[in-house]
Amino acid sequence: MNGDASLEQLRREGRVVIVGASLAGLRAAETLREKGFAGSLTMIGDEPYEPYDRPPLSKQVLLGMAGADRTALPRRRALDATWRLGVPATGLDMAAGRVRLADGDEVPYDRLLIATGVRARPWPHAAEAELDGVFVLRTRDDGAALARRLAERPKRVLVIGAGFTGSEIASACRERGLAVTVAERAAAPLVGALGGVVGAVAAELQREHGVDLRCGVMVTALEGDATGRVRAAHLSDGSSVETDVVIVSLGATRNTEWLAGSGLGAGPRGIACDAGCRAFDIRGIVTDDIYVAGDVARSPHALFGYQFLSLEHWGNAVSQAETAAHNMLSASSDRLPHLWMPAFWSSQFGVNIKSVGVPTLGTEIVVSQGSLADRRFVGVYGYQGRVIGAVAFDHARWLPFYQELIETTVPFPPPFPTVDRRPEGRRPVDADFPDPSVPTHGPTVTLSGYSPADRRMTFTPAH
Amino acid sequence: MRLVVDLNRCQGYAQCAFLAPDVFAMHGEEGLLYTPEADEAQREKLAQAAAACPVQAILVDAVDPPAEAVSGER
Repeated sequence: MNGDASLEQLRREGRVVIVGASLAGLRAAETLREKGFAGSLTMIGDEPYEPYDRPPLSKQVLLGMAGADRTALPRRRALDATWRLGVPATGLDMAAGRVRLADGDEVPYDRLLIATGVRARPWPHAAEAELDGVFVLRTRDDGAALARRLAERPKRVLVIGAGFTGSEIASACRERGLAVTVAERAAAPLVGALGGVVGAVAAELQREHGVDLRCGVMVTALEGDATGRVRAAHLSDGSSVETDVVIVSLGATRNTEWLAGSGLGAGPRGIACDAGCRAFDIRGIVTDDIYVAGDVARSPHALFGYQFLSLEHWGNAVSQAETAAHNMLSASSDRLPHLWMPAFWSSQFGVNIKSVGVPTLGTEIVVSQGSLADRRFVGVYGYQGRVIGAVAFDHARWLPFYQELIETTVPFPPPFPTVDRRPEGRRPVDADFPDPSVPTHGPTVTLSGYSPADRRMTFTPAH
Repeated sequence: MRLVVDLNRCQGYAQCAFLAPDVFAMHGEEGLLYTPEADEAQREKLAQAAAACPVQAILVDAVDPPAEAVSGER
């Protein structure tokens, strides 16, 4: 049994390299050791910090409850790894099995896991992005810098983009008593992820909490003063906002540039991999030694028509990392598919928002419990006659039930009477997602077509 | 001690907020906010909170914060 012997050798003395030292990279490394991997393990990360948790950066850290330098992730076990932190990977030689680093080193691997994640999309005008007072929020350094500035009590904060991160930032600022303007290109906050029906509720929440919410506008220019500090933003409706802190929350860009020319199926939509987390090359042939996990991956999901899904979700990073690590050490018949049910949460304006499934696939929504007017409800999304996703506002305990409906492909509208029979619960309405070909701050789930080698940015709607 | 709560699992039962109120607090009706790095003095309460969580969503460091991961040196 040649294959068994070589797997045994891999487990005993193989070299595993993980590029990306955040949540997915850490959990993959721990899983490898849990499964008995005794070879060498190298963790490569572009940030000079050990793995830390990002969700608190837009919540606890901005509220002043925790320092940005105090969100390091707890460890499940000791890793005995070699850490190369603060050194980005700059290239991949698939034939030789080596990762090139920015400092010129090359690290050889027998199995490679790519978990390089995403980065905040910067403000497109470089000179304006350089103004003092203009921020993005993705990293620990971003969080520390922004928290410091908010503690100086700016007169007004402008948030550009009302996706989840932008909305959470606005919420934290209001909670600290800061004046906040939010500028959103779409008709309402969160529409990219949850559609216009739920977006309208999010808009009411923001306004009720004192946010100066401007929808249907774009920020056309940021203006600095003589000392290079931002002082105003100009909007597409001709108005302007005087502000001393601007936070650009325009979604994320996948960290795949370092793979350009490597032959791996990597592009602006992420890195395509099969359901077992193995990366495709640009010919659409699956590799057997390169695996992908976390935000940078796009993988087919059986429950959602085998479309490639990119999930910028905390839970996905953990689950995909565990599956990838298992599969790296397993014979093909022992490998597991990554079939994690998409799920995410957000906390804003005192409301706990949670979701399961893929709302962005939905064309219709029905309120099955609670009421939009109370901001306490469950919305169920339907796609081609089946339940495809659900969102809960302060109704989290019900979500496992809806998850089961999605997993068992229950018809839509769901075949049970709505629990509390509010008028709006009785009939499905258009979920009102924006045209997906228009770039927005972004849904946290992106359907990215079928072709593993697809490097285009055009969207192929399934409906 | 570092900790993280899997907020996909969390359903807002608030057991942790009763058992370790210096680390966990409810925020709104069912949202949870927590301090990602707790003082050593909280160790006992934190262990109780993690054990009492009905959905087992709380992960606390299983090992002491490793020295291995703090520098870019090989």
